[in-house]
Amino acid sequence: MTDVRDAQMVARTSDGRLVRRPLSPHLQVYRPQITSVISTFHRLTGIGLGVGTLLLTWWLVAAATSAEAFGTVQGFIGSPIGLLLLFGWTFALFFHLCNGIRHLAWDLGLGFEKAEYHLTGWAVVIAASVLTVLVWMVGLVIW
Amino acid sequence: MPDPNKMVEIHTMRSQLGRVRGLGSAKSGAAHWWAQRMTAVALVPLTLWFVWSALRLVGAPHEDVLAWIGGPVPVVLFIALVVASFYHLSLGLQVVIEDYVHTEPARLISLLLTKGVIILLALTCLVSILKLGL
Repeated sequence: MTDVRDAQMVARTSDGRLVRRPLSPHLQVYRPQITSVISTFHRLTGIGLGVGTLLLTWWLVAAATSAEAFGTVQGFIGSPIGLLLLFGWTFALFFHLCNGIRHLAWDLGLGFEKAEYHLTGWAVVIAASVLTVLVWMVGLVIW
Repeated sequence: MPDPNKMVEIHTMRSQLGRVRGLGSAKSGAAHWWAQRMTAVALVPLTLWFVWSALRLVGAPHEDVLAWIGGPVPVVLFIALVVASFYHLSLGLQVVIEDYVHTEPARLISLLLTKGVIILLALTCLVSILKLGL
């Protein structure tokens, strides 16, 4: 035992076997809901945006280095894989932004009724999707 | 109503079990929580500015990007964006690692590596912005 708190995690089954208690949430029996799915997505998009900072860093370094280096990064962004990644990051950014605003409202004590957090949850999904499509439509027209 | 048989009333937010075990927080959860929120608030307008700027620079040649970032406003906002983003990212990834990495050596190493990489990336971005803007 590495931690005294582990003592709490040991239990006996009805036939007397010693087992480790399962950790909550019990994903194998837990029905996905808009609240839990969005919460998971918030974390995943956060991690994804963290990976996306690598492209931002590359872009800035290239821009500060030379026109040639800048051309290389622009070429990558304009390639099929680059565009796919950028589309994913655009959605991740808007999703994390919209749901982040939802979190800030919760921090103010707002929106804790069941009807409210279901409504705002779907609003986040719709707003993030609409903003992503809108930005890409404008971006492709400019491009 | 206080128990008249009790010799001493102990006013504490911690549970009795928690006090007996003596394993309360020894860290700085409140400061972490607050910093995560403050950077989040700052990032709402900064992110919108970033998306708008990115749209303006779609397909732009190198000299247009240099001309754009040469102004004082983009330099300051870009620095603010980079500082707030990487700070927010560092706080967020710290929570993810603390949630899922349970053994102490692996947790410490993951946290150090993650934060180290984040600091280096942030510094790289800041030096590039300054080089471009000054």
